[in-house]
Amino acid sequence: MEFIFKKISSLSAAFILVLLTAVFIVLFLYAKPAIKKYGLHFIIDPRWDVSVPIKEKTPTKTNNIKSQKNKNNNIEVSDADVLAALGITNTNAKTETIYGGLVPLVGTILSTLIAMLFAVPIAMGIAIFLSEISPPLINKPVGIAIELLAAIPSIIYGMWGLFYFGPFISHIFGGSSVSLLVAGLVLGIMIIPFMASLTRDSMNTTPNILKESAYAMGATKFEVIKDIIFPYARKGIIGSIILALGRALGETMAVAFVIGGVFTFPKKITDPTVSIPVVLANNFAESSGMSLSALFYLALILFILSFIIIFSAKFYFLKNKN
Amino acid sequence: MSEKLEKVMDIKNFSFTYNGANKPSLKNINLPIYFKKVTALIGPSGCGKSTFLRSLNRIHDLYPGNKYEGEILLKDIETGDMENILKYKKENELIKLRQRVGMIFQKPTPFPMSIFDNIAYGLRLMGKKNKKFLEEKVEEALKSSALWKEVKDRLKDDARGLSGGQQQRLCIARAIAVEPEVLLMDEPTSALDPLSTLAIEELVTKLKEKVTIVIVTHNMQQASRVSDWTAFMYLGELIEYGTTEQIFISPHEKRTADYIAGKFG
Repeated sequence: MEFIFKKISSLSAAFILVLLTAVFIVLFLYAKPAIKKYGLHFIIDPRWDVSVPIKEKTPTKTNNIKSQKNKNNNIEVSDADVLAALGITNTNAKTETIYGGLVPLVGTILSTLIAMLFAVPIAMGIAIFLSEISPPLINKPVGIAIELLAAIPSIIYGMWGLFYFGPFISHIFGGSSVSLLVAGLVLGIMIIPFMASLTRDSMNTTPNILKESAYAMGATKFEVIKDIIFPYARKGIIGSIILALGRALGETMAVAFVIGGVFTFPKKITDPTVSIPVVLANNFAESSGMSLSALFYLALILFILSFIIIFSAKFYFLKNKN
Repeated sequence: MSEKLEKVMDIKNFSFTYNGANKPSLKNINLPIYFKKVTALIGPSGCGKSTFLRSLNRIHDLYPGNKYEGEILLKDIETGDMENILKYKKENELIKLRQRVGMIFQKPTPFPMSIFDNIAYGLRLMGKKNKKFLEEKVEEALKSSALWKEVKDRLKDDARGLSGGQQQRLCIARAIAVEPEVLLMDEPTSALDPLSTLAIEELVTKLKEKVTIVIVTHNMQQASRVSDWTAFMYLGELIEYGTTEQIFISPHEKRTADYIAGKFG
């Protein structure tokens, strides 16, 4: 019995590792054609689904394009545009479609960053209020409300963001009602209850006797929270932030509604752009061949990005002093 | 006991009711606490000795709804007047009170910070920032709690890495660093092994040259070893109070005698 129990539990644990590797391998295999074709340049290439002629041109034409490009180098123009402008629409010339992941990558990172900047202070405030300040009478209902909010499907946040919150934000900050800012804020709102409830739980693990002994030294409530509870619950609090971060990085539906879904760099925070999960969700149905492979490449990048961020956050914050 | 006794605290007709309870947990307690003496509170579990101790620095106030009645007087060192600490309302006054009446708990409670920062914590709360001053005070406190030799080379280490006995002495050092007038100890050795217990007891005997101590203990031998005065409590009432010698050798009350003889509790 003991033996079987041990085996089963270690098998379950091994399953996690197998799963992680399997997901990685599948992503990698499907992304392979795109990786072969674009290499690491994919990450810094802002073009997506853009047709360019294959570089087998006569020398004169190339020179022509180059000189033209130099004149216009202060304006962002793609090769295809230049060719079109020069009237070189040679139907005989073969074209290829270029895929680059820079715009969604930047969109993902920026929207997550905005979400975290917005959510962390508020979630901490809620957690502090619930665990240390609020009277028990308020504690229960607010606690339940937080847990309910955390359980709302993200698509509902997306719809609310599109129809109410986006216009509201664009009314205040200007710009479009679907934008990087709206996406970041909706994401932030979405992860606040989740983060607050986990943070509150870990703050509640601080033993009463420890808090009492700080009060007995003449500490105020603020000092007890700052000096005792936060350091004591540090691991749990950082863990909750990391979990929320992971959720924000991969969030699809809520963001798909409010980020705009256009492949342009946001010049202002109120411009629409796109994020990796949104690209994936929007384009999977009509993709095949190289475009499908490029999507898998994007997915692989998201996978590695979350891995790196979460791993480095863990390593940086949770390494033991000493 | 021919020397002159000076009261540092005086408890008069004190009753205490927990939030939501319909009966008071402490009834009509009258007890003096003498200056630079060790007063032991003994009694069976649930007799209210910890509840009483926790009233003396009003740590009960952390939880709303508890009710105090009567008077707890604490001597003002400067004027010599006795001031009723139950009259304190503002947070400031309570903070001041807790700096004057320190507390040690059943279990060691090192804060999640270095040994040095633990000891300096109370001083820093008082606004003392001068590094040299803090260093001196930390050394002094650690020396008077017999911990200096063991930790002087690792003041920067996390205090939670010390052994249980060391942690409890650290807590004592932390409490005496702010130079309180009274030190409350709530069963300070109940989580410690016999050797660490002995070290704490020796420390208590030594510390009374500097500070008045009120100690709650389950262990009657401990009370007889360390205290000058003993109060026996039972079911929320103070049954008998006297010199430790008198209580242990010739108690007036039958319940005291029975408890000390080990017939109950």
